[in-house]
Amino acid sequence: MQNMQQIVGQARAAFSSGRSRPLEFRIRQLKALERMVQEKEKEILAALKADLNKCGPNANIQEVLGVLGELALTMEKLPSWAAPQPVKKNLLTMRDEAYIGYEPLGVVLVIGAWNYPFVLVMQPLIGAIAAGNAVVVKPSEVSENTARLLAELLPQYLDKELYPVVAGGVPETTELLTQRFDHILYTGSTAVGKIVMAAAAKHLTPVTLELGGKSPCYIDQDCDLAVACRRITWGKYMNCGQTCIAPDYILCHPSIQGKVVENIKATLKEFYGEDVKSSPDYERIVNQRHFKRVKSLLEGQKIAHGGETDEASCFIAPTILTDVSPESKVMEEEIFGPVLPIVTVKSVEEAIEFINLREKPLALYVFSNNKQLIKRVVSETSSGGVTGNDVIMHYFLSTLPFGGVGHSGMGAYHGKHSFETFSHRRACLIKDLKMESTNKMRYPPGSQKKVDWAKFFLLKRFNKARIGLFVLALLGVVAAVMIKVVN
Amino acid sequence: MPISTLWSMSSSRMLLYFTSRATTLSMETSSSFQQLGMQQTLEPPRQQLSCYKCSTTGSDPGKDPGKAAGSSGGSGIGKGSVPMVCSTPCGNPYAGLVSHLRASWLSGKTRPMEYRVAQLEALGRFLDDKKQEILEATELDMGKPSFEAFFSEILLCKNELNVTLNNLSQWMKDEHVDKNLVMQLDSAFIRKDPYGVVLIIAPWNYPIQLFLVPLIGAIAAGNCVVIKPSEISKSTERLIAETLSCYLDNDCYAVVTGGVPETTRLLENKFDYIFFTGSPPVGRIIMTAAAKHLTPVTLELGGKNPCYVSDTCDVTNVARRVAWGRFFNAGQTCIAPDYLLCTVEMQEKLMPALREAITEFFGPNPRESPDFGRIVSDKQFQRLRALLGSGRVALGGQTDEAERYIAPTVLADVLPSDPAMQEEIFGPILPIVVIANMDEAIDFINARPRPLALYAFSCDSKIVNQVLERTSSGGFCGNDTLMHMTLPSLPFGGIGNSGLGKYHGKFTFDTFTHHRGCLHRSMGLETLNSPRYPPYTQQKMGLFTSTFEVRRRGTCTLL
Repeated sequence: MQNMQQIVGQARAAFSSGRSRPLEFRIRQLKALERMVQEKEKEILAALKADLNKCGPNANIQEVLGVLGELALTMEKLPSWAAPQPVKKNLLTMRDEAYIGYEPLGVVLVIGAWNYPFVLVMQPLIGAIAAGNAVVVKPSEVSENTARLLAELLPQYLDKELYPVVAGGVPETTELLTQRFDHILYTGSTAVGKIVMAAAAKHLTPVTLELGGKSPCYIDQDCDLAVACRRITWGKYMNCGQTCIAPDYILCHPSIQGKVVENIKATLKEFYGEDVKSSPDYERIVNQRHFKRVKSLLEGQKIAHGGETDEASCFIAPTILTDVSPESKVMEEEIFGPVLPIVTVKSVEEAIEFINLREKPLALYVFSNNKQLIKRVVSETSSGGVTGNDVIMHYFLSTLPFGGVGHSGMGAYHGKHSFETFSHRRACLIKDLKMESTNKMRYPPGSQKKVDWAKFFLLKRFNKARIGLFVLALLGVVAAVMIKVVN
Repeated sequence: MPISTLWSMSSSRMLLYFTSRATTLSMETSSSFQQLGMQQTLEPPRQQLSCYKCSTTGSDPGKDPGKAAGSSGGSGIGKGSVPMVCSTPCGNPYAGLVSHLRASWLSGKTRPMEYRVAQLEALGRFLDDKKQEILEATELDMGKPSFEAFFSEILLCKNELNVTLNNLSQWMKDEHVDKNLVMQLDSAFIRKDPYGVVLIIAPWNYPIQLFLVPLIGAIAAGNCVVIKPSEISKSTERLIAETLSCYLDNDCYAVVTGGVPETTRLLENKFDYIFFTGSPPVGRIIMTAAAKHLTPVTLELGGKNPCYVSDTCDVTNVARRVAWGRFFNAGQTCIAPDYLLCTVEMQEKLMPALREAITEFFGPNPRESPDFGRIVSDKQFQRLRALLGSGRVALGGQTDEAERYIAPTVLADVLPSDPAMQEEIFGPILPIVVIANMDEAIDFINARPRPLALYAFSCDSKIVNQVLERTSSGGFCGNDTLMHMTLPSLPFGGIGNSGLGKYHGKFTFDTFTHHRGCLHRSMGLETLNSPRYPPYTQQKMGLFTSTFEVRRRGTCTLL
C-alpha cells in the first residue's frame, strides 16, 4: 500500500509553496490536461473498451468530448470566475473596499466512480485545478484499466507533487480518508457516501457527494410517444444502464403502457439492430457481482421485452418490465443496469405522490406536450436536477449545476459551479485607518443618539449607480459633521 | 394525559404546536417536553398573558394558519407522505414534531412568496414588540450592555430582514442560464427549491442574532424549521421558546429547548439541512450525526483570530478599533480579534493607547460601566481566569467571581506556548505576541488552523494586501475589526477548523436552497438529436463535436 500520509503531505507542502495559485499556472496545467486528452485519446478509448466494452464513438461522446468541452470552457472563463467580486456597501463602509475573493481550499480529494471512469475523475479535477487547489485523485479500482491509465498519464502531464494519483480499493480508500483534506468530492453510492461524510466530519472537511437514486420518468398521455420513447431508450440503455442519471423507471397511465413498450422495442431495433449482443454500440455490465445483482431483479417480473443474459460476457439484453408492483425488489434499489420497469399510475397526482413517497432522486424526467403539467411536476417534487421532454441532457449543459439532494447527494459541480465548489469565498473588507469620527458612534459609552446614528448608517443601503457619487459624498460629509456634533 | 393537561402545559410553554390538534403525538413526546418545561420555573406573567391570547387565536380553526396541513393534509401530496419520514428509531421524543413539520412542508404551504413574506414580517414584529424583553434577557444572561445588544441582536437582524424582504422576489426567481447550440429552443434554468425541514442550532453568545439570521434565510427559502436555542443563555432561551410561536406558523416552525441529551436525541431525526453555530468539537459531532442521513451542514465555528499590527499605523485608531472588537460583548464574539501580533516597539506604543481607549470606552473602573458585559457562566469564568497567567498582565486583570466579571485585560509578551495561545479565548483578554516582522507574522498565522477572521492594520495598503494574499481565513478585515460581518453583501463563514458554509444576506437564502438544474426541452426537431443516438458513425461524431465547439467560442458570459 502506498503511504497515504506521505502522498497527502507532499501535496500539502506543494500547495503551501503557493505555486498552484497564479492563474497562469492553473491555465498551464489545464492546457497540459487538454494535450493529454488529445494525444492519448486512443489509449483512453482502449481502456474504456476494456473496462466497459464502450466502443469508440460511444466512449468519445460520453466521456472524452465532455472533458474537452469543460476544459475549453474553464480555460476561457477562468480569469473572470477568479476575479474578486465587489459587493454593495452600506454608509458605514462606503469609503472602504469590500469584495469577495475566490481562494483555493487547499488539498482536495476526488474519488471517481467506475461507470464513467474517465469523465467522473476528470471533470472534478478540472474544477479543482482551476480553483488553484492541490488534488489527490483516486480513480475507481473497479474500472481497473482506466485507473491504471490515469495513474500513468496524469503525472506525465501535470505537476507530480500537486496532483498525485492514488490506486487501490477499499482498504486504500479507508486509509486515505483518515487524512485531512480541505474538500472531498465523492461520486458513488449512497451507503459509501455516508462513510465518506462521517470520515470527513472528523476533520471538518466539506464534502460534495454525487450519489445515485431511482430517477423517475413520468410519461403523460398527451405526448408524442415515438419521440419520448426514443429519447428514453437512448438514456436508459446507454452504457448498459450504468448511468447515475439514467431514467430508473417509467410512470405512466395503464392505457399507454402497451404503446410505450412497442415504441421502445422499435427504437431498440433501430439503435442496436436485431441482435443486440453483436452490436458494437451496446456495452456490458462492469463485473460478475453487478451482473448477478441486476439479473436477480428480473425474478418474478413480467418481462415484456429482452431478459436474455449471458454470464460469461456479463451481457444483459435491454429489458422492459411491465405492470411492476411498487413493492417489488426492482423498485427498492437503484437498478443501474439495462432493466426498465414500468409502474402504472392513474393520474399525474398519483405520480407526484409516488415520487414524493420515496427518497429524493438525482434526476427527474417528465414527458408531456402540456407545459403546465411539466411545470406542476417540477414544482411539486424535489430532485437533484430535471429534464422535461428528454433525459440526461441537463447533465450536458455546464451552466446548470449538477448534483443531488437528500439521498442523491449534496453539493453541485460542472463549469462555474465546479470552480465555486472548490473555492473558498473569502469576505474581504479593507478599511481606511482614518475617518475615525464615523466609527465613534459604535464605541462605548453608548447613548440613544448613537443608536439612532447606527440605525441610519446600517439600515440605509445605497446603490452607487442609482444615486450617484456626488450625493453619496454629500451624505458622507453631512454624516461626518453630524457625528462630530453628537460626540 | 388528557388533552386539557396538554393544553395548560402548552399555554405556558408556548410550544403551540402541541395544541394545534396534533393528535398524532405520542404520550412520550409530550411528557418529555413537559419535563423540559418544568426545568424552568420562572414564568414572566406579562408574556404569559399575551401568549395565552395568541394561543387562543392559534387554536381557532378559522384563524389557524396551519389548519390546512394539520387537519386535512392540504393537497394530495402532504397526506400520503407522512409514513416515509419515520426513519428514526421509534420512541424518539422529537420524531412526532419532525414528521409534523415535514407533512406541512410537503403540503407546499411554505412555497408561495406571500407566505414567506408574511412569516418574515411577523419576525420583524417579534423584534419590534419584544425589543425590551430581548434587551432584558440578554442583560440577565451575560450583562449585555443595551447598546451592544441593540446593535448586535436587533439592528443587524433587522438589517438582514430588510435585505431579505427587499430582494426575496428576485432571489426566488428561476435563474435562466446560457445554452449550447442543440438546446437553443429549450429553456434552461436553475430552480430555487427549498430543502424541506431544517434544523438551526444556535449558541449563547449572541442568542438572538445567531438563531434569527439563519432563520430569516431558512424561512425565505421556503423551509420548515426546528430552532434549538442554547440552553446556556437561559433567559433568552425562555424568551424565544415562549414568544416566537406567537408570531410564526406553528405547523412549520418549532422551538425545541434542552441541553446535550435533548440535542443528541433531536439529531437522530432526519433533517434536510442543519445549520450549526458553536465550537469545532461539537461541529464534528453534528456533522457525524448528519452523515447518517446524508444531511448537508453549515458549521459556523470559531478559532483564534489573529490581528496583525504593522509598525506604520495610527496607534490611537488601531487601539480603539481593536479594543472595541475585543471587548464587545465582554470578548464573547466568535470573530473577535483573539490575539495581537506586532513588534516589541509597537507593543510599547500600543499599551498607552489601549489603556486610553479602554478608559474612554468604559471609564476608570470598567466594572461600573453600563457598557461592559459579563461572562456567561461560571465554567467559562473559571476557564478564562486560568488564562490570565499567560505572559505579563499589562492592563486590567481584575476579576470578580460573584459577578463573573473579568476586567478588559491586555497581556504583554505572551509566548506561543502559553495557555492563552492554546485555545480560543472568548473573553475580554487580549494577548500580545511579539514577532520580528510581517513575514514572521504570516508564518505564525499559517502554522495554525485557519481562523474565522483575520485582521491586519497598516497605513500601507501593500502590507494589508500582503497579509491578505499570503494567508487563508474565513473572512478578512483590514484596518478594523468585526465590521466585515455587518455587511449582508459579504458571505460570513469559516474555512477548515473555523467551519464550512457561509451565510448573511443572499448567502443565507442560497444556503437553505437547493439549486436544481432544470432543462425543459421541446419535443420537436428530433433530427437535431439524431447524432447522439446509436448506431454511431463517424459522421455523427463530427456533428456532435461541432455542437460542443460552438459553446467553446461563445462570447456570452455565463450565469
